Parts: sequence; structure tokens; C-alpha cells
Amino acid sequence: MRRQIEGSRAIAETVARCRPQVVPAYPITPQTHIVEGLGAMVKAGTLAPCEYITVESEFGAMSAAIGASAAGARTYTATASQGLLYMAEALFNASGLGLPIVMTVANRAIGAPINIWNDHSDSMSQRDCGWVQLYAEDNQTAVGLHVLAFRLAEELSVPVMVCVDGFVLTHAFEPIEVPDQESVDAYLPPYRARQVLDPDEPVTIGAMVGPEAFTEVRYLAHHQLEQAIEHFPRLADEYAALTGGSLAAVSTYRVDGARTVVLALGSVSGTIKDAVDEIDEPVGVVTLTLYRPFPVDELRTVLTAAEHVIVLERAFAPGAGGVVSADVRTALAGRQTRVSTVVAGLGGRAVTKASIQAMLADAAANRLPELSFLDLRTDIVEEELARRDSAHRTGPHSQGVLRIAGVPGSRIG
Amino acid sequence: MTTQGVKYYQVGSRAVGNRLLDPALRTEQASLERSNSLNSGHRACQGCGEALAARYVVDAAMRATNGRLVAVNATGCLEVFSTPYPESSWQLPWLHSLFANASSVATGVAAALKATGQDDVRVLAQGGDGGTVDIGMACLSGMFERNDDVLYVCYDNEAYMNTGVQRSGATPPAARTATTQAIGLEPGNPFGTGKDMPRIAMAHEIPYVATATVSELHDLEAKVERAMSMHGARYLHVLVPCPLGWGSAPADTVLLARLAQRSGLFPLYEAEHGEVTSSVPIRGQVPVEEYLRPQKRYAHLFGDPPRTDILSRLQTIADRNIARYGLLPEEA
Repeated sequence: MRRQIEGSRAIAETVARCRPQVVPAYPITPQTHIVEGLGAMVKAGTLAPCEYITVESEFGAMSAAIGASAAGARTYTATASQGLLYMAEALFNASGLGLPIVMTVANRAIGAPINIWNDHSDSMSQRDCGWVQLYAEDNQTAVGLHVLAFRLAEELSVPVMVCVDGFVLTHAFEPIEVPDQESVDAYLPPYRARQVLDPDEPVTIGAMVGPEAFTEVRYLAHHQLEQAIEHFPRLADEYAALTGGSLAAVSTYRVDGARTVVLALGSVSGTIKDAVDEIDEPVGVVTLTLYRPFPVDELRTVLTAAEHVIVLERAFAPGAGGVVSADVRTALAGRQTRVSTVVAGLGGRAVTKASIQAMLADAAANRLPELSFLDLRTDIVEEELARRDSAHRTGPHSQGVLRIAGVPGSRIG
Repeated sequence: MTTQGVKYYQVGSRAVGNRLLDPALRTEQASLERSNSLNSGHRACQGCGEALAARYVVDAAMRATNGRLVAVNATGCLEVFSTPYPESSWQLPWLHSLFANASSVATGVAAALKATGQDDVRVLAQGGDGGTVDIGMACLSGMFERNDDVLYVCYDNEAYMNTGVQRSGATPPAARTATTQAIGLEPGNPFGTGKDMPRIAMAHEIPYVATATVSELHDLEAKVERAMSMHGARYLHVLVPCPLGWGSAPADTVLLARLAQRSGLFPLYEAEHGEVTSSVPIRGQVPVEEYLRPQKRYAHLFGDPPRTDILSRLQTIADRNIARYGLLPEEA
């Protein structure tokens, strides 16, 4: 039954139906509603047995998750932004130990300047931490991805990050169907750990490994992670059979006959689809749900006919350019396909249909550079650069830009 | 098994030898039934106080829990010397995650055991002084204030020995380390710095806090047993001399631990819910100089002329401990 509920609430209810046994929780905007919801369910006894631990930091959250998972419990937590970076060391540790922890990342920008709004800088910064990364296009997809995430994590013994756009999805109230308990139970068997801290069969976990074996251990982690590409379609099919929910590692929209294709991750896909519906020239849209491991073969297939791929990214690598674009270029190596990077929606700036259509018009007129920033206020940038050149002690850009923009409060447009 | 009659055993240290005791009162290490959970063959230095303490702690905890024990280890000497796989010395389920998070990982293990109904299995977390009082402090404080069901043991050798003897927040004043060298007007670690972790633990009012050292091994075992008889957050701080870092003879590890205790520089006590409940009185008090002189990390205090001013300041610290914990009750 579809109910008009908040995205975070739907995720919390879904996670609860996956029967996590340990949930370390630490608040950070915009993830907090999820763990608040789970905390209430544990307190009310509707989620049991489950230990809900109010840890002292995100580093503590992921560390407690590591201990809980290694001791054989299904373990879940959620974070965002600075919190994800604060647990970075533990993220690599969780994947290196092969612990099937599932975590929601409510995507949010990284400071400085501090910014609580949505972009993908947080999870993109951790793309190489050895976790599966799934990006939800909408809240219904987010619900399904969480159920699939536990199954995938436990089948492969790898941790899975479900990335959900902060505020845009986490705080959106919309009709969402949370799968019922029987369906989830049928889909997700009780957790059986591949390695566990058991006094009856004592093992040493987390031993030092030197040059004689480190490469092989890391290769095997890569190999194990890549299995997700094969597992995903089967798990998605099973999920669809039980719940009717549709999930895909890579999904396409109007790509047939389109010479230009926009590729994006997360909620911005919906806006792009709306934008391409309204223009004359056929432009396709590819939504990448599975980002790590990177589904090279599937992307090559869906982009076979594309002459120009525009990767619209809600994050970028300063001093280099696109993050996802680099992977797309590698996937399309050997082809003549042109790849452009459009950095958009940083720190919560709205990505509007009008802006996308203007960008596509530039692309059609062959005016789109290899790297561009959607809706960049070049007037402000130039004034700030001039101010910067005028004196030595000009302070940080953030203050200068705000002064020039003259915006007393935050505005997303 | 064959048994020997009691022999007179006197080490000149006022310590009671095991062989004078009734078998029931002997240490777990003296028992053929000990679990040997930190097995021989590991790579600790000769005379390592941490290896000695860890053997006693883990075996005593194993006895107290009937072998139903999981250990979590911070990065550090104990982790490194015990594990190059497949040569693990650990005979119990053992997990190493990171440097700063042994307490939080242990919290997670305890939560998982509770959630999966394994109420009989207990959790021990171990770390060195760097992993405990410095980088691991936030996680440990969280474990304390939540009263998570973990015994955390800090093996304190008073510096970062695994990385080559750098100063930690547990390094005592005047001690030479690689980052507090014995040069300048105030050689070694500055006075007025550092932190007293057992007292910080007590401030959390957790069920049990105790200090121990490797010269008082009955006391160490008894404190582990006492800790394992309780639930909630418990903290045991064990002073473990380090021949490498302290510049001492490997054969002097136990002697130095004894002198640390008898000088008053390392008080032995127990506390419950934030209040000191007992302390081990000093028998045969020694001036701090006797403890400091055999250690090369204090060699700069004993040059020509000796730094009597610094020795006097260190003696003041010892005297303050003696007064604070009532370590010389006959003089009170």
C-alpha cells in the first residue's frame, strides 16, 4: 500500500523490516530522521531484537558497526557529509575485513565552506573505499535498494552504501510503498556470517599482512566487489517478483535513436528526463544506480549509439574535473564518443529544467566545453577574482562571494 | 599430574612466591589449566612488560568467563607482535580493527552478542597508552558514559613504542622520548602536561576502575577477576615497563614495575562508581631516584651535576600520589 510519507521514514521502516540486530546511530543532517525513526522503533519494541547504540561520533558508529558485524549481527547505520569523512578510516577497514554492513548516506556537500545541502561530494570522496555504492533516483527506488543492499552485502560479504540525496529525497513527502514484512523475510534470509567471533571456534580477524600477500588480498577484495555487477540483476529480479518493485544497475530513458545522452546519478535524473521530454532533438538519459563496482560492460552497451555523452555530476575533483566522467571515459575507451562533464547542483543549488535545456542547446550547437559548471555566476567569480588581485589580505572566497551576491539568507535557486 | 611440596621461596622483594601459597590461591599462570590465550612464539621484545601483563589479563579473564571471551585489540605493539598471520598467538576469538577504535568495536561486539542472545560471552578490549589516552580517547569516553558491557585494558608503557618511542599523553614528566629529547633547559617531557586516564575513567562513574602493574601479578589477576564479576564499562590501567623505550635491561622489567609502585609514582588502587575503594599500600618505600636511575630515558637527570631540581619535582608527584591514595597508611 502506498502511503504519503517522508523519504527518511520510508527508509527507516524498510530497514526495520530487514531486521537489523545492531544500529549504531549518530546524528548528522540530513540523515537524522532515519536513525530517529529506527530509535523509536527499538524503544517501542517493534524492532527487536535490536541494539540501538547512541555513539559519540561517526567514527565510533562505523567502529561499533565493525564489531557488531564481526560478532555475527546484521548491522546498519546512516550518515552524511562530514560524518562520512569522519568515518573514512573505518570505511576502508569494514570493506577490508569483508563485513556486510549496510549504510545509508544522505548525500550532502562537504565543507569548507560548511553547507548542509545536497550534492554528491561526500560519497564520491569515498568511491574507492571498497564499498558497493548504490545511488537512488527516487524514494521508491531507495526503499528497494535498501532491501537489496542487505542481501547483496551478505551474499558477497562486502559492505554496501545506499546513497540518497539529502533533503531532495530524505525530506520529501510522497507516495511510497514499503514492502511488507513477509516479502522482506522471503527475500532476505537471516544473516549467516562468513567469519564470526565465536568462542567455540576462535579465529584471529584483522591480522597484519605484509608485502608477501597484500596485493593478493587487495585483488581478492576487488574481485569480490566486482561480483556485485553479476549479482545485481538476479537480486533485482527476485525483488521485483516479490514486491513488484523495479530496480536496475543502469537504467535508460529515450536512448533509442539519441545521439546525445545525459548520464547522471541520483534524484537529478528525474529533472533531466522532464527536460528532455520538452525539447525537439532526441536526447537520451542514462541513470547510473550502481556506481561501485562500475558496470563497464552494461554502460558500453547502453551507450553504443551515443555520439556525445554528457555526464552531469553533483560533485567534482578540484584540479581535475569530473569524477564519474573519468570512469565513463575509461569505459568508452577506443570509441569516438565525445564525453563532456557538467558539474551541477553543488551544495544544494537547484538543477532546473531550464538550465538543463540551455545546456543541451549549447551541446547541440557544439558550444559545450569538456568541463563546465551549470549556472555558474561568472560575474560574481570575476568580481571576486578582481578583488583577490587588488590586495593581499582579502580573506576567504566564501565571504567575498557572499558579499558580492548580497544574499542575506540561503537560496537554492 | 605430579605435584611438588612447598619450597621456601624468597625473592628479596617482599613478594610472596606462588609456591608458598595454597594451590587454590596461586595465580592462573601457575595453573596447568591456564588457557594460554596469548600463546608463546610471538615477536615481543625480550623483557616486554606488555606481553607479560597481557598473558595474565587474558588468561585470568578466560578463567573468569569459562573461556567465553572475545578480545578486541587496538593497533599497537600487542597487535603487531602477536599476529602476523598464520602465526597468530591468540587462542581466543580476536579482532583488530584500527588504532583509535578498540573501545567502539568492543561496544559493537557486546551489542551483537546481546542481540543474538549470547549473554554468556564477554568482551575484553585492549590497547596501549597511545591508543587509549590519545587517539582512542573519544571512543573510550563514549564506551564509558554509555556503560557498555566491556572491560577495557590499557597497557601503559608511557609512550608510542611501536613507532619508535614518541611522546604520548601518558608520558611522565622529564622522560626522554624521540619527540621530547633530553636537550635544553627543560630536558625530556615537559612538566604540567599529560593526563591521568584512570581518574578520567573514574569521572565517568563507571562500575569499576583499577590500576595494576606487572610486579603485582596476584593483584593484577584479582582485579581482572573482580572486573569480570561485574557488568557495564570497566577500565583497568596496567603499567608495563618497556625495555626498548625506557632504556632498561630486559631482566629489570618486573623490578622497575615494583619500584614504580613503591616510589609512589604509580599508585595501585581500585575505584567503583567514581569512588576509590581500596589501594595497595607501599611496603618498603623507595625514593623516586631509585626507580628513575636504571632507565636511560632519565639518564639526563643523573649527569654531572645531577638535576636534583627535577628529581625533587618528580618526588613531589610521588608524594602527592601517596597522600591522595593513602599509600602509606601507617604514616597517616
